[in-house]
Amino acid sequence: MATSTGLIIRQGTFSTLPELTDDEIRAQIQYGIDNGWAVSIEYSDDPHPRNTYWDMWGMPMFDLKDAAGGLYEVNKCREAFPNSYVKVSLYNPKLTKQTIGLQFMVQRPKHEPGFRLVRSEGPHRRIFYTMEPYAAEKPHGDRYED
Amino acid sequence: MAQGITPEKLIKPPSQGTGMYKGDSNIDDRFGADKPSEEFAQYSDPLREIPDDLEVDAEKLITDTKVKEVLHQLNTELVALEIVKERISEIAHLLLIDRLRRSIGLEAEAPTLHMSFTGNPGTGKTTVARKMGQILWKLGYIRKGHVVTASRDDLVGQYVGHTAPKTREVIKRAMGGVLFIDEAYNIYRLDNERDYGQETVEMLLEVMENDRQDLVVIMAGYRDKMDRFFSDVPGISSRIAHHVDFPDYTAEELLDIGRMIMEQQRYQFSSDAEKAFQEYLQIRLTRPHFANGRSVRNALDRTRMRQAIRLYDAVEKGRKLTKKDLVTIEAEDILASRVFDDLHALELPSGNGEAKGKSKPRAKAGASKAKK
Repeated sequence: MATSTGLIIRQGTFSTLPELTDDEIRAQIQYGIDNGWAVSIEYSDDPHPRNTYWDMWGMPMFDLKDAAGGLYEVNKCREAFPNSYVKVSLYNPKLTKQTIGLQFMVQRPKHEPGFRLVRSEGPHRRIFYTMEPYAAEKPHGDRYED
Repeated sequence: MAQGITPEKLIKPPSQGTGMYKGDSNIDDRFGADKPSEEFAQYSDPLREIPDDLEVDAEKLITDTKVKEVLHQLNTELVALEIVKERISEIAHLLLIDRLRRSIGLEAEAPTLHMSFTGNPGTGKTTVARKMGQILWKLGYIRKGHVVTASRDDLVGQYVGHTAPKTREVIKRAMGGVLFIDEAYNIYRLDNERDYGQETVEMLLEVMENDRQDLVVIMAGYRDKMDRFFSDVPGISSRIAHHVDFPDYTAEELLDIGRMIMEQQRYQFSSDAEKAFQEYLQIRLTRPHFANGRSVRNALDRTRMRQAIRLYDAVEKGRKLTKKDLVTIEAEDILASRVFDDLHALELPSGNGEAKGKSKPRAKAGASKAKK
């Protein structure tokens, strides 16, 4: 397999910033809580950008007053899945909005092998391109072991 | 899928030195509460290197943190409970000095503020616990100042695997504020090995130790049962820094409480009524099941009902009521209490025979009215 490319998955808000520290995560969650948004934690080991269905870590927290509770769950999730992607979603339940207000990643696996370019030939010799994460070759659950 | 986009474009260029790797996040920042202000960051050993005569702006901080306001509020809102007030004032001052120290770069670990309130029924444990949220928030110790009340039902689950999420839910909700566990001794049942309370206790222990900055736990309960709880669960007692024992109130203090309750509800005692109430308290104090402040509140609630019936009867007899009638509690409203009946039955000496004579038929009239 190719050597590590140094590529990493970037998605959600702050995707181009350096990894957030815990204090920064706490501040972002607090911003959401202050806006009346629900905090939820999600994790996944499928790095494909089109993978929208991540696993939920517990229930969404609608009744938090302080970000410490959110950060507590983030840390619990990191403990349980030290080598998965973890993201925080802040859901805006306001009528007419009812969507994610802010979503950012708070953990990624230590080593991300990157993506392979897949070409397939269609009718009339047209080429369709897609990509496939190297990690997804292994079954769910075994993808990011050291 | 859009065909014009090549995968190369979807993958962003390698980032070098942007610190996106886990190793870059500083573990010490986790829960990293207060850092010394930057101008002092240069000192590696603040104790030696910061000049001894560096001045600190204490006055400003005192006004900022509202210490005086908090202590004043305590004194006006709580009758007696000197020991409690003393404790809170100690804590308030410690937090203040800690802040001052931190402002010049001296480290100050946040003190443990978990508390246990023990005492007889009605001594004000719950009331004080509810106030603690606001007090600690004003002193700047907790970030939000809300109080989450939890009992065994909220914490302990019904079946295997139910307890941990339940407890965690409550703990999370209370973070940034105060978790108040009333009748805490109920959580743990020694006689039942398979009780899930043990799990809750373990989680609480962990949180009380590790998340001290985020959560203040207050446990309350009756003295003897809490003592047993603490001896059954080693480790919990030592994690609680402040064991406060609420003393019983004296008769005068109870009278003060009564006056305060009446004032809050916009009632007044007539001077006779006050005497009668004093007498009433003297008798009640000696009775079993006397629950201090709570009994006073209940007694006053019943008194208000009797006053209402008295006023209703007066209206039926064609009397015009005034505002004064509505706010005044008369002696007869109090003397109609069953406490005095018993006294009469036992033929104990009483200084208020006349008033009682008058009040007797009133009580009966009230009862028959209630039946209708």
